[in-house]
Order: sequence, then C-alpha cells, then structure tokens
Amino acid sequence: MNEPGGNTSTASALFRRGVRVIARYVRQEPRRFTLAVIGASMYAAAAVGATVVLGRVTQYVILPAFSGGVSRTTVVQGSLAILAMGLLKAASIVLRRYNGGITAFRVQAHWRRRISDTYLDVPLEFHRSRPTGELLAHTDSDVLAATEVMSPVPFTIGVFALIFFALLSLAFVDIWMMLLALLLFPALALLNRLYTKRVERPAEQVQEEVGAVSRIVHESFDGALVVKTLGRSDQEIARLRTAAEQLKTTRTYVGRLRGSFEPVLQGLPAVGAIALLALGSYEISIGRINTGNLVQGIALFSILAFPMQVLGYFLEELPRAVVSTARLDRVVGVPRAPAPDPAVAEFLPDWALDVELDQVSFAYEPDQSVLDQVSFRIAPGEVVALVGSTGSGKTTLCELLARLADPGSGVVRVGGVDLRRADPDSLHSGVALVFQETFLFADTLWENVVLGREVGNDEVRQALRVARAERFVGELPMGVATVVGERGVTLSGGQRQRVALARALLRRPRVLILDDATSAVDPVVESEILAGLRDELATTTLVVAQRVSTIELADRVVFLDGGTVAAEGTHTHLLATVPAYERIVRAYETAGES
Amino acid sequence: MTPSRVPPDANGDESIDELVATESRKAATEAQSSFALGALFDDPTELLTEEIETPSARAMEVLRRGLAVSPELRTGIAFTIAMAVATAVGRLVTPVLIQQILDKGVSGSAGFRPGFVFGASALALVIVVTVMVLSRATYIRLVRSAEGMLCNLRVQAFAHIHRLSIADHNESRRGELTARVTSDVETIARFAQWGGVAWIVDSVIIIGTLGVMTIYSWQLTLVTVVVMAPLLPILRMLQRRQLRAYDKVRSRVGQTLGVVSESVMGAGVIRAYGITERVRDRLHAAIDRQYLAEKHTARYFAFMFPLGDIFGGIALALVVGIGAWWGPSWGLQSGTLIAFAFLVNLLLVPIAELGEILDQTQTALAGWRKVLDVLDIPVDIVEPDPGVEVAAGPVEVRAEGLDFSYRDGGQVLRQVDIVIPAGTAVAVVGETGSGKTTFAKLLCRLADPTGGRILIGGVDLRQISPASRFAAVRIVPQDGFLFDATIRDNVRMGRDGATDDEVGAAFVRLGLDWWLARLPDGLDTEVGERGESLSVGERQLVALARAQLADPGLLILDEATSAVDPETERALSDALIRLSRGRTTISVAHRLSTAEAADLVLVFADGELVESGSHDELVAADGRYAALYESWLGNTQRA
Repeated sequence: MNEPGGNTSTASALFRRGVRVIARYVRQEPRRFTLAVIGASMYAAAAVGATVVLGRVTQYVILPAFSGGVSRTTVVQGSLAILAMGLLKAASIVLRRYNGGITAFRVQAHWRRRISDTYLDVPLEFHRSRPTGELLAHTDSDVLAATEVMSPVPFTIGVFALIFFALLSLAFVDIWMMLLALLLFPALALLNRLYTKRVERPAEQVQEEVGAVSRIVHESFDGALVVKTLGRSDQEIARLRTAAEQLKTTRTYVGRLRGSFEPVLQGLPAVGAIALLALGSYEISIGRINTGNLVQGIALFSILAFPMQVLGYFLEELPRAVVSTARLDRVVGVPRAPAPDPAVAEFLPDWALDVELDQVSFAYEPDQSVLDQVSFRIAPGEVVALVGSTGSGKTTLCELLARLADPGSGVVRVGGVDLRRADPDSLHSGVALVFQETFLFADTLWENVVLGREVGNDEVRQALRVARAERFVGELPMGVATVVGERGVTLSGGQRQRVALARALLRRPRVLILDDATSAVDPVVESEILAGLRDELATTTLVVAQRVSTIELADRVVFLDGGTVAAEGTHTHLLATVPAYERIVRAYETAGES
Repeated sequence: MTPSRVPPDANGDESIDELVATESRKAATEAQSSFALGALFDDPTELLTEEIETPSARAMEVLRRGLAVSPELRTGIAFTIAMAVATAVGRLVTPVLIQQILDKGVSGSAGFRPGFVFGASALALVIVVTVMVLSRATYIRLVRSAEGMLCNLRVQAFAHIHRLSIADHNESRRGELTARVTSDVETIARFAQWGGVAWIVDSVIIIGTLGVMTIYSWQLTLVTVVVMAPLLPILRMLQRRQLRAYDKVRSRVGQTLGVVSESVMGAGVIRAYGITERVRDRLHAAIDRQYLAEKHTARYFAFMFPLGDIFGGIALALVVGIGAWWGPSWGLQSGTLIAFAFLVNLLLVPIAELGEILDQTQTALAGWRKVLDVLDIPVDIVEPDPGVEVAAGPVEVRAEGLDFSYRDGGQVLRQVDIVIPAGTAVAVVGETGSGKTTFAKLLCRLADPTGGRILIGGVDLRQISPASRFAAVRIVPQDGFLFDATIRDNVRMGRDGATDDEVGAAFVRLGLDWWLARLPDGLDTEVGERGESLSVGERQLVALARAQLADPGLLILDEATSAVDPETERALSDALIRLSRGRTTISVAHRLSTAEAADLVLVFADGELVESGSHDELVAADGRYAALYESWLGNTQRA
C-alpha cells in the first residue's frame, strides 16, 4: 500500500522524492507536525475503541436489558463509555486538524519569505526575463501546490494506524471477519485509487477549458468595440459556444466517471456489512462469536470506508508537491546579485562627480551584444544627451551607470570609483536613475518621493517644485498625502514621471541619469524642468532624449548606434557631419509635432 | 474554478469537511490571486457582501426567473429526486437488515433461522446493487441536463452582452460583464455539481432516516431530534464566522500579492534607490499578517468539524441508555435498539453537509441572479431586417439635431447639425469630454442617438442593413485592439472571405510591406494576447490594414494619444494618408498636422458643435480653435 498504484520505477522514484519533500517540510515544523500525527493516531485508537465499546455495550448492557434486566449503574456506565469515546474522537480531531493546519501555513509562510527575499536580491535581469504573473504565482499558487500535501499527511499516517488497530481488534474477535475486512478494504482502496487516477486528467482538462472559456470572454469583451465595428458578434458567439460545449462535454464525462465510481464506492461497504451480517449470524448460531462481536464488526466496517479516500487524496497531491517544490527550489536557487565586500568597499567622493565608461561591453545573451566597447566621459556638472534609435543600448547603458547590472567587460567609474567596488549606500545617494517607465508604489505621494527617508517638508516641496510637480500635487484633494496607484488617484503619465523625477531630485544626486524620463511630459514643461535642473542643481547629467528641444539643452551629445558610440560632439556639429544622426533627429522632429 | 476533486458524500464521518475546507481555501486564494493578477474575474468581495442577506422570497424569485430562462432545469430536478430516493434507500438498508436479522433471525423466539437470515441478506444485496445501478443512471442524466443548462445560459449571456450598445460596455463595467459569463456561471456550476444535489439528497436521507427511526421508536426519535436540533444552527453560525475568516485571508492574500507585485514591478526603482531592506520589511510584514489570518481560520477548521462527534456521542449515549432502561417496557427489541444506534450515526453527515450548503446556496443564487439581471438589460440597438443598402464609394454624412445622453443621465451631445460632403477629410477637435469621441461612435452605430438622426449616404443609419453598414463605415479605434492570432487572421477580420493575396495587398497599398518583411514570420506572426507582442504603433498599423481591406466609404479614425517611436510614427502617418484617399474621413484629431491638413475642422465643446470651417477660416475667426491652435503652436515653436 505504500506504492502509489505504480510498479514502474518512475512511479516509485516519484514516491521517494515525495517522501523526501514531506520530510523536508516536517523538519521545518517538527513540533506541530508531531502533535498532528499524535492527534491522528489518537483518532485511530478512539474510532476503533468506539466500535469495541459499542460491541461490549451491546453484549453487556443492551442484550441483558431485554432479557431479564440490568442495574442502573451498568446502563449509566455503558452510556458514559460511549460518550467518552465520542469526546475522545472529537479531541483528537481538534489536535490533528489544528496542528496540521498550522504546520501547512507555517511552511507556506516560510516559502513566501524565501521567495520574496529572492526577488529582492537577484539581479534585475531575473525580473525582466519573466512575466510578473509567473513571479506572483510562485508566491501564491505554487506555494500552495508545493505544500498542500502536508494537510493529508498526518491523517494518512493515522490511516495506517487505523487499519492496524482495526485488523487487530477483528483478530481478537474472529479470524473470518478479519479475512473479510482484508478482502474488502484493499478492494476499496484500489477502486478509490483507480477513480482518482481516471478522473485526474479529465479534471485537469476541465480546469484548462474553464480557462479557455474565460480567455475568450475576456478577449471578446475587451475588444467589444472592434467586434462591433467589424460586425463579428456572430463569429464570437460561435467561438464561445464551441469552447462552452467542449467544457460541457468534458464535465459530463467527469460526471459520468463520478456517477460510475461513487455509487460503487458508497455501496461496497454496505455489501461488506451485509456479508458480515450473514456470516456473523451463522457464527453466532454455532457459538463462535456473540452478538456484541457482530455489532462491533459492523460498526468497524462503517468507519473504514473514508480513510481509503484520504489515502487517495494524499497520493493525488504527492506528484504536485514534488513538481512544485522543485520549481520553487529553482526560483530560490537563482544566484544573487554580487555585492562588494564591505571591507574593501569604496565611497564615492563628496564633490561633483564625473562619469567614465571604459571599453564597456554588455550582453544579455551570449553572442547578442547590446553594448560593444563603449567609452566616453562626462565631466563633473556637464549635461550630456544620449541619442540613438530603438534598441541601440541606451537603457542598458543607463542601468550600468546605476549598477543595476555589471558590464561583461570594461569598467564603469563614477568619481573615479569602479562601481563594482563602490559602497552600495554611497552609490545610491550619489547616483540617481529615473526610468522611462515610471513605477509608483501604492502609497502616498509623500512616501513615493521620500521612499522611507527622514526628510523635511521643505526639501520635498523643493524637489516637487524643480520637477514641476508642485502645482498639480497642490491641486490634489489631499496634497502630498494623496494615495496613488491601484486603489488611489490615477495620475497621468506626465504627472507620474514628474513624481518619479522629484524622487530622484530629493536625494540631491551628484549624477542624474534620465532615461527618457520626461517623455510623457508636455514639451514646454519638459524644457522648463531641464533648464531648472541646470540652474539649481548643477549636477552631472546624462539624459536619453527623443525630442530635439531636449537635445538642444545639452552641452554635448553622445550618439549611440548598434551598441557602439558612433559619434560625439555638440548637436549642431553632429547634425552637420553625421548623416545617420541627422536622419534620426529629423524623425524626432516629425514626431515632435504632436 | 471547478472543484477538481468533487467532495464525495461518503459514509465516513470525516470526509466532507476535510476536503471542502481545503477546497474552499483554495477557491478563496484562487479568486484572490486572479483578482490581483489584473482582475481575471470581477471583485470577489462584491459577491460576498451581497449574498449574505438574500431573503428567501428573493431566492424563490431567482428560481422562478431561472426556470423561465432554463426550462431544462425541471428535468434535472426530477432526476435529482429520483437519485436522492435511491441513495437514501441504499443507506437505510444496513441498519434495517441489522434489526431484522438480530430480532428475527438470531435472537428471536425461534433461535437461528438460516433461511430467513440468508434470504434477507440476499434481498438486501439485491437492493444495494439495484441502488448502485439506479444512482449511476440518474446521476449521469442529472449531470447532462445541468451541464446543458449551464452551457446554454453562458452562451445566452455572452450573446446578450455582445448585443448591448457600447454605452453598456464602458471600461468600468467590463470586468463586471466578464464575471457574469465566467465566475458567476462557475458559481452556479459548482452548486449544480454538488450543493444543489446535496440539498435534495441530504434532505431525503434525513427524512428517510427519521422516518425509519419513528417506526422503530418515536420516543428515541424524539430524544435524537432534541439532541441534534442545535447542531444545525450552531454549525451555521460557525460557518458564517468561518466565511468571514476566509474572507480576511482572501484580502490578506491580496495584500501580500500586492506587495510582491510591487517588489517585482518596482525592482528597478528598489535597486536604484537602495530601499531593498525597507521593501523586505514590508514583504515580511504582509506575509506574517497573512499567516496570522490563516492561523485564525485553522481554529474553525479544527473545532467545527468534531461538533458532529460530540453531538453524535451525546445522542448515542442517551439513546442507548434510555433505550436499555425503558426500552423493554415500550415493547422495543434489542435488535431494534442496536439498529437505532446505527441510524443515529447516519444522520450526522447530511446535517453537517446541510450547514455547509446553505451558504453555498446563497452564493450560487446571488451569482444566478446577476446572470439573469444581465439578460434583463434591454438591447437598445435593434438591427433592421432586411434594411437598406448603402452604395459603395465615398458617402455623404449628415447629422440632424443629434442628441446623446447615457442611460444614467449626463447629456454628452446636444443638437449637433452638420453636413459632410462625400470625400471630405474632417478633423474633429475639442477637449477631453467635449463629446468628439461620442460623435465618432454614433457615426458607426455603436450606440443610437437619443434624439435626432444620422444619415449616411442619405439613409438613416438605423435603417441600413448591418452587413452594408459594416462594409461602408469603419472605425479605427485608438488602441488598435488585436485578437490573439496571426497578423493575417487579424487583418482578415476586416472582411470575411478575403484571400491571402488581398490581405497582403492591403499592406502594400498602405506602403507597409517593408514593415511586414521585417517581421520574422511576416503575415504569420502571432500577435499575442491583445496584440501585446507588437508595439502600440505596430498594432495600429495592423488595424489600418484591417480597415484598408474593408475598403469603407466612411472611415472614422480615433487618433492615438500615446507616444510611438519616430519610425513607426512616420509609417503610421504615411499609411493614414494612403488609407484616407477616396473616402470620407472623420478623424478625432490630437495632432495639429491632422487638423491643418483637413478640408473641414469641427470644434466640439461641452457636447456642442461650436465652430466649423477650414483650418485657415477658423484661425482667422479668432475663436476657440484659434486659441487651441495658438497653444499648440506655442509648444512646438518653443520646442
């Protein structure tokens, strides 16, 4: 019975891996788990004990009561014994279920912490290469799938105790009754296993088909406008009908399986009880057993059917746990982003910083170079515009400057310090990167700007003012205390970008990197912001620009083409001497009309 | 979210709760995660608040309406009752046989009667086997009729929603409408598979068991009923609290997922600004809060279940004690009392199950009511049959006293009168909320005007046959929504039956063949869900090709506001110029260049047409358009 319906080596290998997974989780919560197992074993003893009590009460209380009478004490004792068994069962169930539940919840919380820690500590590339939904699923449904098996484990162990106690008690009563049980219950267990095995695939299919129906509905209603204007309602309805009918067919099939197995699973114990009655009556007549023994046997048969189902449930969950645990192990096994050894970490100097790229190359995939031998320098306080067509490596370059990734070869230096050796805190306060895609936390504007720093009101106002966000923030009902994001106020793209900019400015960075960070801001406002930055901060600035007006504000332009620096110089100079640069700037001008 | 493991109504005393608790916890977390993952289904909290106090009168109302929509339910109910009776008989066989054999076959006055014992056993066996066969047949018929009903209801609701006008399809209601056809129907499905059946089966088992008990001894039946009576209300009360506890878990799971998703989506910011530890604290706090909420549910999970054993134990102890003491004087026999003990146990499972089902029933009824409510929303666009055809080629567009307001008030358009000669290029400008987009939507009959009329090629839009309307009038919406299919299939939707060559030709005609050639799989490139494998600009290119394939006489363009990279931008404006040739074109304009190039500019403000004329005329008139132009110009010049 410890082999899940399989005689193939893969099935037994899977089973062994499953046991190892369970053992691992048990080691995390040994005390709670042990309590749950004790509860389960207690339940087994109490459940079998209750049948023994019923048999004895039959023999020594009920039968004598109807043939001559018994003492009041005997009756009360009988009743109390029955009650005691009921209460013992109840107590053991509480013990098992409560501790079993806590075991599973703790193991789950443990996983969630490990996974979310991983998300915080691995390189940014990890997040980029995976859909958010998948990462969320790891902390939620995958964790459940990996640990769900823990809820039937204590009871499964209890089932073996139950079978043991049951056979033992029958052995004391009558060998023939025990043999009948030995015949019936494995049959029930096998039938159960067969049922779960056969229903497993179609049940999964039902899930998939529910998903398919849901996808069609979502897509169809999302595109309702297009469906209407193209006059495609009928085709859409036909599409849904096909999916819904497929779902109906599969569900009907599952129903057919259930209808075929369940009456048998339910009826089989009754068949056993009938056989037991016939056998027992005969045995009573020849004096081998007494009536109490027979009643005990029947009562026992009626409690044995369900545990076979728990066994099935456990065996069904096991492969899922193995697969999901392996998946989560892979997630938490992702190598962490390298951090400099605190002992040798260098601090960025306190004065205005220069930025230097020295022969920097970078590739996400081998052979697909994003940056190739890029070298240039930005003097302290200089404003440089980075120009290049889509896919020329601008964003990657910006991220290298903030050390969101390390170059494959070459060195990035800020204030003369190799970023790989820079102290992280010193780096974060010295260099600020504002992203093209603004990310705001579902929190107040204040929190989104300060990000946990202890700063004064004036500093925040100042940052908002330079980012030209002061006015619209002031007009919000709650001002800086306004909650933004999913459950709060929705800001326009330009507004969000200005908040993100204020976030960077608040830190008074000595190097500011703007990765197309004002693309959604009105051009006039954008010019004001950039001009304001020059006047008030005089910081070293690299700005990725897609607007001519932005480019014109820079001291110098670095023109990136195909991952290399194609040209460097003032805007007017490049316009006159570099045809590729001229083409791209002309394209910006056309687009800029909007 | 169908229960993959259908909770079996087993004889054992532990089955239902064990499985259901896992099931409902899973359902809770699933619902929550899908909610957080971009609202796969509609807000689940809404379901819960509404369903709690559905008066039974409303339940009957839902049932009546539901039966009217799905008459096939009646046959389903008949099969369920047949199955319930069979199941109840199957359950009662054993205790009755115990009584018969003990009283008449073994310890009766005649001593052991082998003939009677084996005869009765054989008869019981026949009954049990017959019941198995009968339950199988009735259950399968039941599933078939229930699934048929669900399938029809789903398709009906889906079709009805597609027939509703665009006014009922706005952003905020979309999730709700989607939920009607997905999660709400699933709620009913879950109920149909388990709860609904269990209702009837359990009631019949309880009634049958109490019936047999009463025949054996009304006194002991009374004792049993008095002891068990509080079980159901207590279970119900705990159930409510348990639901609330699960509800809390659900919202905690949502919060955890929210923080996790922030740490994933904001990964760049978190690293660039060195706030990893702060975010880690937030994450761990959320995970701990979720754990505490889950721990709370473990209490209900653990303590509710053994109630059956406690009440069962009390009832059994009393029945045996009272029966043994007074039974003989009531004329009871020992076998009857023993059988009675087994009957008491038989009551426990269905009672526990009923407690569970009551709440599930309310959820299902609430879901059902919502689906039925959707079917009751009137369809306000009625297509003419057969309708008038509009001639091919550029058409004249005319609006006469056009009014539009949404059903819940809010006038959007007021008395718009306009004549647009065939072949004119029109730019519609105005602030957000000025009614310019609504005007465009009315032109392609996404909604009907609440007053006045629109004439296309001299025919009232409402009189034009749908087929002719789809061919003659085409709107290219802002977001260029694409279906999850290849570019070819998406473009072909522009005109059913278009050949591959025609699809390719549409791109050539728009000067987009170079773009297509650049794609790895050309026309066979998969665009992904909502077209998201393509950029916004590229999606618009495909949408333009789709319109080109249809070759409409009136083209309505809702210009995109979102930024597009310069190269695609140029491709788009080129393609637009080519697409507009030889048609009446109405553009909801966001670009100055579009307005400048138009033959006619319409300026909307607060739902009224305030100015119309050529660009030059309007600039000279120094009105609203001139001011708008001024600010535009200011921006670009300074830029």
